[in-house]
Amino acid sequence: MLKTMLRRAGKFAAIAAAGLVMSAQAAEPIKIGSFLSVTGPASFLGDPELKTLEMYVEKINESGGVLGRPLELIHYDDVGNASSARNFASRLIRSDRVDIIVGGSTTGATMAAVPLVEQAKIPFISLAGAVVITTPVKEWVFKTPQSDRMAAERILSDMKERGITKIGLISGTDGFGASGRTQTLEVAKELGVEILADVTYSGSDTDMTAQLTNIRNTQGVEGVLNFGFGQGPAIVTRNYAQLGIKLPFYQSHGVASDGFLDLAGASAEGLRLPASPLLVPDSLPEDDPQKEVVQSYKAEYEARWNAKVSTFGAYAYDGLMLAVKAIEAAGSTEPEAVRKALENIQGHVGVTGEFNMSPEDHNGLKADSFRILEVQNGAWKLIN
Amino acid sequence: MFSEFLQYLFTGITIGATYALIALGFTLIYNASHVINFAQGEFLMIGGMATVSLMAMGVPMLLAIILAVVLAGVLGILLQRFAIAPAKQADVVTLIIITIGASIFIRGLAQLVWGKEYHVMPNFSSDEPIRIFGAVLNSQSLWVLGIGAILVVGLVLFFTRTLIGKAILATSMNKEAARLVGIRTQLVLMLAFMVSALLGSVAGVVVAPITFTSYDIGIMLGLKGFVAAAIGGLGSGVGAVVGGLLLGVVEAMAAGYISSDYKDAVAFSMILVVLFFMPRGLFGAKVVERV
Repeated sequence: MLKTMLRRAGKFAAIAAAGLVMSAQAAEPIKIGSFLSVTGPASFLGDPELKTLEMYVEKINESGGVLGRPLELIHYDDVGNASSARNFASRLIRSDRVDIIVGGSTTGATMAAVPLVEQAKIPFISLAGAVVITTPVKEWVFKTPQSDRMAAERILSDMKERGITKIGLISGTDGFGASGRTQTLEVAKELGVEILADVTYSGSDTDMTAQLTNIRNTQGVEGVLNFGFGQGPAIVTRNYAQLGIKLPFYQSHGVASDGFLDLAGASAEGLRLPASPLLVPDSLPEDDPQKEVVQSYKAEYEARWNAKVSTFGAYAYDGLMLAVKAIEAAGSTEPEAVRKALENIQGHVGVTGEFNMSPEDHNGLKADSFRILEVQNGAWKLIN
Repeated sequence: MFSEFLQYLFTGITIGATYALIALGFTLIYNASHVINFAQGEFLMIGGMATVSLMAMGVPMLLAIILAVVLAGVLGILLQRFAIAPAKQADVVTLIIITIGASIFIRGLAQLVWGKEYHVMPNFSSDEPIRIFGAVLNSQSLWVLGIGAILVVGLVLFFTRTLIGKAILATSMNKEAARLVGIRTQLVLMLAFMVSALLGSVAGVVVAPITFTSYDIGIMLGLKGFVAAAIGGLGSGVGAVVGGLLLGVVEAMAAGYISSDYKDAVAFSMILVVLFFMPRGLFGAKVVERV
């Protein structure tokens, strides 16, 4: 009895000693912290984001890590809840002592963590969309997705190119739709587009015929824009077709996915929307700098997870790559050096677009990183 | 002008018919047990989701619908057997809370089995909308109205012409007395849950082509159905139908003529007004307090 215990203790000691030697030999890992909405109502964002982070952290480590040090991903699931996002951000900063944070699937979660990050002075790359995250600029906060303002700019300028200057707007009353509506109204004023009808629907509405009839009967409307998210825009699209409205129809980037095409079916024919090139990787022209990045991300993600690639996962891809690039440029994980390096990233080609950061712009994307797609024969077609 | 009005009316009646079918399910269980079954919306979801997933497996549409409705019926029985029956001594409020728990459970299960995406179901007949006086009517709306009407007539006959229907009514009026004359009240209750589940799932199947379907579709539609039942007067079949149609039409008119922002506000203020002046709803039974 005593003998076996001694023997076991000996074994443990040996293992522990070996472990110590190993860790002394290997360089200390670079800790990348993340809080994402992996489950809960925003899981369509957090799930592909986490998969992307896990996969590329593995890949980078296989090819030798960054600055000769392996990456270590520490992640928590905030379930789409802003207050747990805040708690996890605090844990990442105080007890995990991460070097950089790449996360925050929703605007709510991101904004809840911002004060902590600013206080602790740790670089934070958010994966959420709203303008407020980087406008006004916050010293330590960056983000990878385009804002809804850029989507509005892209849509309205495409409309103007087609000679449409008087439009009807229908938007959801949820956060995404409401923010999109505000941005559209502002951008419209700047671009000289008149919004003649402005109607809304709530997320759980099952029929938008009444609102669309209202737009149809407004004199002078030349085009219609639907800013919304989830199943609402698909119902709007079907009602639009049923009512037989022939005006050019635009959707926002909120529904830029193949799932939307399945829901809206034939009714979606001819509509346009701004989207990531990820939806049309193969129709990008050969000289497009993004073509290679987009194609390889899509191929690698789909091979590894056996699931369709999503635009949201791409935000995490860009976030991780920006972090790695900044740490390499800084030559260390010293927070201020990494922050400066992030701010100075120029011409970084990501899946979402080409990033040109500056002290005044912590997003670094231009509106034209959105591609205008049109639905033709039930598939996305690159227009511009 | 007229076509505009007609368009809002069509929209309202279609949504209203859905509300009415859900409200009827509430009414049925309320009549049998004075319980408001908040899992009613979940039956609707089961109907739509099961049909869609069976069709995706290659089952022909009609068979898929029948299987989905049967599945919902079985679920209704299980709900009564395993959630309501064991708590038979509990008072009505406790039972209502149990149904809320059951609805959360069913929704969670559906989310695990079917995922969180929205699903499409094809129209029963042509996708071509019908044009009447400049207004457009989705052909599926006719199915909703037609099937709704058949179900309402069927229910009326069931309650007035069949022994089982009468037994349910008797149980609702006085449980003790019903038991004394030999009605097995537990069985009656189980039956009420089953019929109400069948009703809910049929509603879910017929509206799915219009509204899409997903694991959480039952929450809001269930709530609106309850509102419709309350406006009409809980316990009244006619009230459920009138309340549902009224709610749908008022919503559509408000969205069209006033502003879509106030659509839900108008609908909910309507309940306040109705219940303020007629606390039992439009067609609610007059209650005489016996001392």
